[in-house]
Amino acid sequence: MRKGYVVSTIGLAAMLTSSTLAHAQTAVPKQSNQEATSPGDKTFPIHADGWGRPVVDAPKNQNPAPKHDLSGIWEPASGWRDGVQAFGAKANPSDGKHVLPMTPLGEQMFKANKPSQGITSVGARDTNDPANISCDRLGMPREELYNFRGLQIVQTQDQVLMLYQYDQAWRSIWTDGRDLPKDLDTLEPRWYGYSVGKWVDDTTLVVETVGMDERTWIDNGGRPHSSELRVEERFHRVNHDIVELTMTIDDPKIYTKPWLALDKFPLRLQPADFDIREMICSPAELAAYLKQVAATEGGPGDSPKPK
Amino acid sequence: MKVKYLLAFALAGCALTLSVPLFAHHGNASLDVGKKVTVKGTVTQWLWANPHCWLKFDVKDASGNVVNWVAETNNAADMMEKGWSKQTFKVGDEVTVTLEPVKNGKPAGKVLEVVLPNGETLGMAYLKK
Repeated sequence: MRKGYVVSTIGLAAMLTSSTLAHAQTAVPKQSNQEATSPGDKTFPIHADGWGRPVVDAPKNQNPAPKHDLSGIWEPASGWRDGVQAFGAKANPSDGKHVLPMTPLGEQMFKANKPSQGITSVGARDTNDPANISCDRLGMPREELYNFRGLQIVQTQDQVLMLYQYDQAWRSIWTDGRDLPKDLDTLEPRWYGYSVGKWVDDTTLVVETVGMDERTWIDNGGRPHSSELRVEERFHRVNHDIVELTMTIDDPKIYTKPWLALDKFPLRLQPADFDIREMICSPAELAAYLKQVAATEGGPGDSPKPK
Repeated sequence: MKVKYLLAFALAGCALTLSVPLFAHHGNASLDVGKKVTVKGTVTQWLWANPHCWLKFDVKDASGNVVNWVAETNNAADMMEKGWSKQTFKVGDEVTVTLEPVKNGKPAGKVLEVVLPNGETLGMAYLKK
């Protein structure tokens, strides 16, 4: 059972009555250099929304899920940074322990990708990750496999619109019964692909995506894909508060069999007044960072100057 | 020349403590993981940005030589949750910066902690109750 925020009722009341972020800032004692980033951390951090308002640990609503409804403002349930996935897809990160079965072409492309984080990282200065050199769009499926943070889902009669916090990206999933495009050669590849969704029962939306541009990486670990990539997402609304997302990657040109990128990744419904913070990668600021900071910091091959 | 003064600062400043390896942020490819250096200086720039914020500050050694330091942090959105903001620093602020230095000996690294002009300390842990 995943733990939620460990915040006592009394403490919560005190926090609500007396704290603002600014107040908390002056009251913070000297901290160690350990980051409380993992959901395994027992003392969960305070989390504020984009409006600066503390996110209240509301009583969990475990009532049955509404039918055919994913709409709302969502955040990763195990911790608001649980979707960062610095090492790559959460269900199969590039950590040395999860090795994906690749074709020779897949191996070749994987070796050529030099991520800035994770087990095959070369650091910020030497990376060739387009997202971390020039703020190129993450695209699908990486938008859900890297910095997967706040997500607002809006449903219309014919579409499910996904509004992602990271890089303020959005995509449209057609639920009007249309088929996926038959001939992708006459259409253009898209960063976010072409998606159709079908409700397979009252609470599960299955989404298929094709036509994703080969320029993108699958995840932050530098896993490659071809134009033949098919992504399946299953959004299962478990109850009123929780959606579990399972994502399968299928690209026979690159991987010898399909693999799970996300395995029931839980999202928690936020209050309707939750403001999603802006998180936009600025090409100009990234260029300045690479020139002024990363270049100075150096790369993995550097060794200390002789003293 | 600069390296010599840098080393003098590193030794004279705070203890070079070995700490628990941090969560692999930015691959740690360029950082001397586990090392700490503390320097006092004057802020020349604080850039509040995605995917990285960074602080530039000038450190004067005993002979009056100025070393230009640069230290990065996480992205702006995450720094908000650690109690930092775009308004945390002004050019001219006198600050004490503890950072994890880079391997190549240059005056750069990743911020661990900062003491502001008013004596307040900001760290890299997320704000806790």
